[in-house]
Amino acid sequence: MEKNLEEIFQSRIDREEKIEPKDWMPDDYRKTLIRQISQHAHSEIVGMLPEGNWITRAPTLKRKVGLMAKVQDEAGHGLYLYSAAETLGVDRDTLFEQLHSGKAKYSSIFNYPTVTWADIGAIGWLVDGAAIMNQVPLCRCSYGPYARAMVRVCKEESFHQRQGFEILLSLSQGSEEQKRMLQSAVDRWWWPSVMMFGPSDDDSPNSAKSMKWKIKRFSNDDLRQKFVDVCYEQAKVLNVTLPDPDIKWNEERGHYDFGLIDWEEFWQVIKGNGPCNKERLAARNKAWDEGAWVREAAMAHAAKRKERSNKKKVA
Amino acid sequence: MENNWPLWEIFIRSKNGLSHKHVGSLHASDEEMAMQNARDVYTRRSEGVSIWLVESKHITASNPDNGDSMFDPANDKVYRHPTFYDLPEELKHI
Repeated sequence: MEKNLEEIFQSRIDREEKIEPKDWMPDDYRKTLIRQISQHAHSEIVGMLPEGNWITRAPTLKRKVGLMAKVQDEAGHGLYLYSAAETLGVDRDTLFEQLHSGKAKYSSIFNYPTVTWADIGAIGWLVDGAAIMNQVPLCRCSYGPYARAMVRVCKEESFHQRQGFEILLSLSQGSEEQKRMLQSAVDRWWWPSVMMFGPSDDDSPNSAKSMKWKIKRFSNDDLRQKFVDVCYEQAKVLNVTLPDPDIKWNEERGHYDFGLIDWEEFWQVIKGNGPCNKERLAARNKAWDEGAWVREAAMAHAAKRKERSNKKKVA
Repeated sequence: MENNWPLWEIFIRSKNGLSHKHVGSLHASDEEMAMQNARDVYTRRSEGVSIWLVESKHITASNPDNGDSMFDPANDKVYRHPTFYDLPEELKHI
């Protein structure tokens, strides 16, 4: 019987049908999605921290309102995604607990520091650029609520990347010092961004299953290649060099070749030993703990209002 | 008037993969009757693949009289749109 259900499920996927919350699905499909969607949600939430760092020090009012709007969007993206995860039967508090205890992962890119204003531009260009490349195919993911959430996210993401690129473009047309600041931000963010696509295909055991279930549409390495190809051309507009001496056009492949990724660094950051892992988790926990009284007050207020209106009805 | 059946709001998913959209309402004594009637009234011509029912009293709507104060704040925030940022023509895939 079980096997039969799984065959029906797979044939629905093969026909490009979307799976909805109340449809039958294999346990492993549900678990994979809960893990992926919640990690994605956590990434949006933790992603606010490195950028929030610069809101009060943005160089102009225009940059400040742009950055605030972006950070506000990230909070919204976290919300869409947590809600999509909840349709699979996990509750919000459990997900938060997993994040706050360090049990859940989030994108390792957010464990790097934003040391200058140029980092905010580099995040928009490279980090959001990589995120968009990952996220656009997710709009066609086989799980309906996730796919629909991603359509909203992608629509909003385009402004993020453009505001980042414009920040860098201004710096590229500025003083020598500003140009140096730009180049050094690109130097810092390039490799972590290339790593955002995850382990190499040979080293990514869950990829095949996710592809078969059409949660994933392209392999990590294919998306990474696309990212490198696009960025190499975009870097010319900024007059910056990507910090990879091996990057070179390969006529035969029709793609840019690029250097070896330092996977040791990648796994270290994932394991919690990146430059800011502890700081990020501490900031999330602090916000959660210090917000406890607000959550309690809101519930107490709601209860009081309900009680009052019940009394009125009786009277 | 007191014997009026409750009012239900009907939401239809027109096609696999799309979200449910509000299509209208109907009166019915309970959810079972509401479901049958919704099917007969709103999906006679294959308009949908899934129906959601919500009893109207459970819907909280924004006040149309407050429309301006509610939605105006979004109007002067052009910086939330991609077109606000000036980028050169030669820049591709962004």
